[in-house]
Amino acid sequence: MKKFMLGKKAGMTQIFDASGIAIPVTVIECGPVSVVQKKTIEQDSYQAVKVGFDEVKENKVNKPDMGQFKKAGTKPFRGLTEFRVEDTDAYTVGQEINVSDMFQVGDVVDVHGTSKGKGFQGNVKRHGQKGGHEDHGSKYHRQVGSMGASASPSHILKGKKMPGQMGNKNITVMNLDVVLVDGERNILCVKGAIPGSRGAVVAITDTKKVSKLAKKA
Amino acid sequence: MDLIKAVEQSQLRTDLPKLEIGDYLKVSLRITEGSRERIQVFEGTLIAMKGNGLSETITVRRVSYGVGVERVLPLHSPKIDQIEVVRKGVVRRAKLYYLRDRVGKAARLKEKLPARK
Repeated sequence: MKKFMLGKKAGMTQIFDASGIAIPVTVIECGPVSVVQKKTIEQDSYQAVKVGFDEVKENKVNKPDMGQFKKAGTKPFRGLTEFRVEDTDAYTVGQEINVSDMFQVGDVVDVHGTSKGKGFQGNVKRHGQKGGHEDHGSKYHRQVGSMGASASPSHILKGKKMPGQMGNKNITVMNLDVVLVDGERNILCVKGAIPGSRGAVVAITDTKKVSKLAKKA
Repeated sequence: MDLIKAVEQSQLRTDLPKLEIGDYLKVSLRITEGSRERIQVFEGTLIAMKGNGLSETITVRRVSYGVGVERVLPLHSPKIDQIEVVRKGVVRRAKLYYLRDRVGKAARLKEKLPARK
């Protein structure tokens, strides 16, 4: 079964595992999500479920979204995301899904979210380039550097690293271990960092990467 | 933030004594050697406390055979069996890093005695 969940990043801390080693974890306020729509092969030629998470006031969602919520008979939600599944029969519109229904400790997941926006940034911050000396008559500080050379090639090569918008884009962090699942308090803890600021909505799915252990089995 | 506290709550230790900077501590650590577990005692002065919640750490310093040894220990770690406060010291700051520059008698702290009735 394909696993999916929506959650809100709560922040990071560390917890101790069975052998007493501190592991860094991100705490996610995860679910419950409500099924808003099912996509079927007959109608949409693919199978997916659309789920909503984090209830908001009606005036906080736009009219097209509100139409969907009204049709499904659910409350309006802040996060609305579609997940591909193998079979939609297991889900019904309006159904609530809890985090403990989806994930268990030991699962390996991918977390998708929007990274923190850094604005328009230069090459030193955006691409990790070195920059020049700051003193002794150096006039080259944080500039881009060589570009296009002279008569050959006499144009800027495609993919040249240049300044521009940094952050605020979709990021997937793969292969994170699920460390803690609490269905009652809607808590999911994964090992390591996830994209976005605290309070950002993230999507959690089972990982695309197949682990070495799973391959052996 | 409350959610983070909720996660930490179950692992926070309540059995430890109240620690203050300048305390002389005996920290019993669980050391695992292969399958055997034994207790090792590390003694020293508490020179720093850092962080909060489950991530709080203590820095314990002692001079052994003329060499300064400092251990930074996660305070709530299950590897800590127990902590004993042997004596309290009179200190005027929160971080006693100045002790690192001192040797011998100068590196001692005046003992803080319980208040007179």
